[in-house]
Amino acid sequence: MARTNEAERKGIGPLALLAPGEAGLVVGLSAGGLVRRRLLDLGFVPGTVLRAVRRSPLGDPTAYSVRGAVIALRAADANNILVRRAPESTGATAAAPDD
Amino acid sequence: MNPPQSPVTVADRVVASLYRRAESIAAKVIAPRSPAQDLTPVIDRLLTSRLTGFPIMLLTLGAVLWVTVVGANYPSQVLGRLLFDLQGWLSGAMTAAGAPAWLHGVLVSGVYRTLAWVVSVMLPPMAIFFPCFTLLEDLGYLPRVAFNLDAAFKWAGACGKQSLTMSMGFGCNAAGVIACRIIDSPRERLIAILTNNFVICNGRFPTLIALSTVFVSQVVQTTIGAGAAAALVVVGIVLTGIVMTFGVSWLLSRTLLRGVPSFYTLELPPFRWPQVGRVLIRSVIDRTVFVLLRAVAVAAPAGALVWVLGNTVIEGHSVIAHLAGWLGPLGRLMGLDGFVLVAFILGLPANEIVLPILVMSYLGSGMMVEMDSLESLGILLAAHGWSWATALSYMLFSLLHWPCATTLLTVWKETRSSRWTFAAAAIPTAVAVIVCTFVAGLVRLTGNA
Repeated sequence: MARTNEAERKGIGPLALLAPGEAGLVVGLSAGGLVRRRLLDLGFVPGTVLRAVRRSPLGDPTAYSVRGAVIALRAADANNILVRRAPESTGATAAAPDD
Repeated sequence: MNPPQSPVTVADRVVASLYRRAESIAAKVIAPRSPAQDLTPVIDRLLTSRLTGFPIMLLTLGAVLWVTVVGANYPSQVLGRLLFDLQGWLSGAMTAAGAPAWLHGVLVSGVYRTLAWVVSVMLPPMAIFFPCFTLLEDLGYLPRVAFNLDAAFKWAGACGKQSLTMSMGFGCNAAGVIACRIIDSPRERLIAILTNNFVICNGRFPTLIALSTVFVSQVVQTTIGAGAAAALVVVGIVLTGIVMTFGVSWLLSRTLLRGVPSFYTLELPPFRWPQVGRVLIRSVIDRTVFVLLRAVAVAAPAGALVWVLGNTVIEGHSVIAHLAGWLGPLGRLMGLDGFVLVAFILGLPANEIVLPILVMSYLGSGMMVEMDSLESLGILLAAHGWSWATALSYMLFSLLHWPCATTLLTVWKETRSSRWTFAAAAIPTAVAVIVCTFVAGLVRLTGNA
């Protein structure tokens, strides 16, 4: 998936921008109500480190490793989570992307 | 620090502190699995990659069906022979005891013969299919299937969890409808409920397997080859049902149940080696015996009713023959006949008994033909004008037609709405009539059969 230059510069963007293998730090949730509640329940809490693990063969959803569990989110839903891309993730962890 | 569109609320801080505490406790008491021992990522890469994900799904489905088709053949024959030997003995005993002809008819030709049919045709495939399916379930494969197929559900405006409720439907549609409770959005739950019937349930699998085996074996000769070809036909029917699910879900979310897919999450749990012994016991007792007992409980009275209808003669014909005569034109339009439609209507209580009812009404009164093998089924159907095209129409109608009474009752319990219960029966029936008429027309046009 293409990353926008702007997001690249700031390093902050919606979760769906993480390519498989990349890690990020949750900085905030843009959803409200039940969706926000559910994301918090699953451990998408500000300050959490997570990693995009793999994408579905049809392109969506993407599975994220968060606190030892693997949770799949559709891109539209993953955009409720704002992350800062972890700088080190572009090196070592990105070495094993899917496919 | 935080961008304005993502305020961190007080609630967020509370949750974060709870997680921090949980984390510090977990760090003290849990030893992490070493990455080298954990094969889950490796297996996942294989099961969900663009290259191998879908082929593996199809192969798994095909393999389970092939094992069921080939493995069920022999025990089915042995059981059939045994049960029909017992029928001869029962017959003799009742005659010796001086039972009147009608009582003998209802109990032996009606109740017993239908029961023997249900048990000998259904038990072996169920005893193979259910454990295979439970093994896959236990392994953790089903969430991967949901992961692979999710984009299609999104396209259809449905919830990705629908693939889990569909998997449940392979066992029993009523169970599948209850499973729809896991879907939070009322709109998407209704879509999943209304389309669950397009997944072939266990009550219909044995019929599909029997018919495809009979009609494929007329073309392919060797046992293994015929078994594989029959499994292929069944896979084709199953896939047709899945395509129908997507199509009807898509249509529903643009008409009756307009809306966009809502938020949901899907967990991909780590793979575990299934506890084979426990799986066998659980699937045999929980599923096989349960489904078989239900089939038997429904088949016994239905067998008696069919015998009575088949032997009550009005103006020279049995009641079943009259009904079949009225429904004949509609049946022929769909590549079937009136007797098939009567069997489907009388089989409303349970799909398991549709084919036995059809066999009973084809055999008619008095004629004591032993139906102890798939060959004799083939001979009987051919004698009533069946070709491969009739078998195809029958399988499609069985796949698409109204759900059984148990499922309809469950839909009513889950929705508390007679309108949606009616829709759950009317939508599949309309689809079945349209598809079967289309296919039969195509067969007529191309001059086959």
